[in-house]
Amino acid sequence: MPAAAAVTESMSAPVTAPTAPPSFGAPAGRWYRLNQNRLRATAIGVISLAAFLLVWHLLTTYRVVFFVRFTNVPSPLAVYASFTKAIHDPKFLLHILLSCRRIFIGFSLAAIVGVPLGLIMGRFKLVHEAVFPVAEVLRPIPAIAWVPMAIMLWPTNEQSIVFITFLGSFFPILVNTLHGMSLVDPVLVRAAQCLGARERSIFREVYFPASLPHIFTGLTIGMGVAWVSLIAAEMISGQYGIGYFTWEAYSLVQYADIALGMIAIGVLGLGSSLLIRGAGQLVMPWRAK
Amino acid sequence: MSAMATATPQGHIEVENFSLSYETIDGLVDAVTNTHIHVKPGEFVSIVGPSGCGKSTFLNAVAGFLKPTTGTITVDGERVSGPSAERGMVFQQYSLFPWKTVRENVEFGLKMRGMPRSQRERAARTLLGLAGLEAFEKHYPEKLSGGMKQRVGIVRALATGPKVLLLDEPFGALDAQTRVIMQQILTNMWQRLKISVLFVTHDIDEAIFLSDRVYCMTARPGSIKAEIPIPLERPRQQSVMMSSEFLALRRGLMSLIREESLKAMGGEINDLGMQGLNIELHGHSLVEVL
Repeated sequence: MPAAAAVTESMSAPVTAPTAPPSFGAPAGRWYRLNQNRLRATAIGVISLAAFLLVWHLLTTYRVVFFVRFTNVPSPLAVYASFTKAIHDPKFLLHILLSCRRIFIGFSLAAIVGVPLGLIMGRFKLVHEAVFPVAEVLRPIPAIAWVPMAIMLWPTNEQSIVFITFLGSFFPILVNTLHGMSLVDPVLVRAAQCLGARERSIFREVYFPASLPHIFTGLTIGMGVAWVSLIAAEMISGQYGIGYFTWEAYSLVQYADIALGMIAIGVLGLGSSLLIRGAGQLVMPWRAK
Repeated sequence: MSAMATATPQGHIEVENFSLSYETIDGLVDAVTNTHIHVKPGEFVSIVGPSGCGKSTFLNAVAGFLKPTTGTITVDGERVSGPSAERGMVFQQYSLFPWKTVRENVEFGLKMRGMPRSQRERAARTLLGLAGLEAFEKHYPEKLSGGMKQRVGIVRALATGPKVLLLDEPFGALDAQTRVIMQQILTNMWQRLKISVLFVTHDIDEAIFLSDRVYCMTARPGSIKAEIPIPLERPRQQSVMMSSEFLALRRGLMSLIREESLKAMGGEINDLGMQGLNIELHGHSLVEVL
């Protein structure tokens, strides 16, 4: 191993010696060069987040009023203080847990209904012709506009909030699955047919995997809209949930908790879309770069 | 497998009185008319013709993707009524499944036939070895070069042991050097498997080099203009393309095709030319005159 390292080092020396930091070993230097762009992006990202916090801190400690009023806006330190208090508060954790459960149920239902419906609509013209007009009429209605109707439809608040979350994520999932189906290369279908594949196999081995990238686009967008819809529903009709927590903080003049709620929503949203991206990479290894 | 066991060689393609037309807003358009061809068991036959003459349409009908408007297509006396694993097909755009590894692509036909996993894995490995691709069995097609992709395409089509192999301009997207190597590989595989091949191309050299017989198609609507036997000895080396025999065949086919290509393009050129001559502007702009 040392011999091999020495050889590669001596071979690459004429080209890279001037740029490689001399204190690094050859592998470390190579790792640095290969990841230079990513390291730079991370460093700049950290700096810009720090700058954001600093500006926020300055604006709030000096209570700047310049068109926008920072008089009552909590400072980052105040938010941090309420965060350390909240993580020991079982009620706060319950808010988060309930929101996550609503997302999980609503989003999963949307995926379980939306993806197969999209696949079937993409494959069978009659189903498409029958379902598509209804979907097109309902699609532009924002999930928030469904709140009063949802409260009438469902016996409990919990169910109506899950329903709103479902609606929010359902249409992006359906539309993107349909789009994926419409882009399946017909030559691949032919290739499968002349290898002896029947309808069912073609569906499983060609149409479904070919649509997966768009299905995952739909799931990612759907997850985003699910959070938007959930928070709105919780603010209007909830008794628990992170959206309700944020609104309640405003009513109770707990200004630091408002920011805490917002940040929690942001982190949860980010985490759930990362989960979907990770699942996508697991399911579609051929798209790994 | 069954081809080996039975005494009579298989893969006899017979196309009689074939025509195919499709409906447009202006009425019926003929793509191919009144075509007769046959491929004997184990024979390598090419179809050449000017672009747009309907040779790919014709091949798709033999594959079973398109229904003839008139006439019949039979393979070993059985009428073609739809796509089947009996007629393997290789496409110009490779058409490998991007979500399957090289080996899984090759296994596909065997999987459809219900062969158990371990058995079809072994079969696929053997076939990939013949094509010099065993090192790439776990790669996804996207990572392969064009020549490698098409080798996978050919191996995949051959894996189920079809009676007939249909190739639709399979090397059209490859560079010249790769194309020559691929022609050699295809020839080797064909000689080893003794399978009937119907090969569509617009490359005259390729058609002569590979085939026992070449059908030349007319401009649209396509029909068979000539049938040229290629008496060159096998196995053929690349050097045969310099022989006087080859060049004579090439000259003959070339003039047949040029005639048809001119016919196909001539209409357009003349129409445009006529328009240009008849319009007299007299100092007005073209828009005013029209």
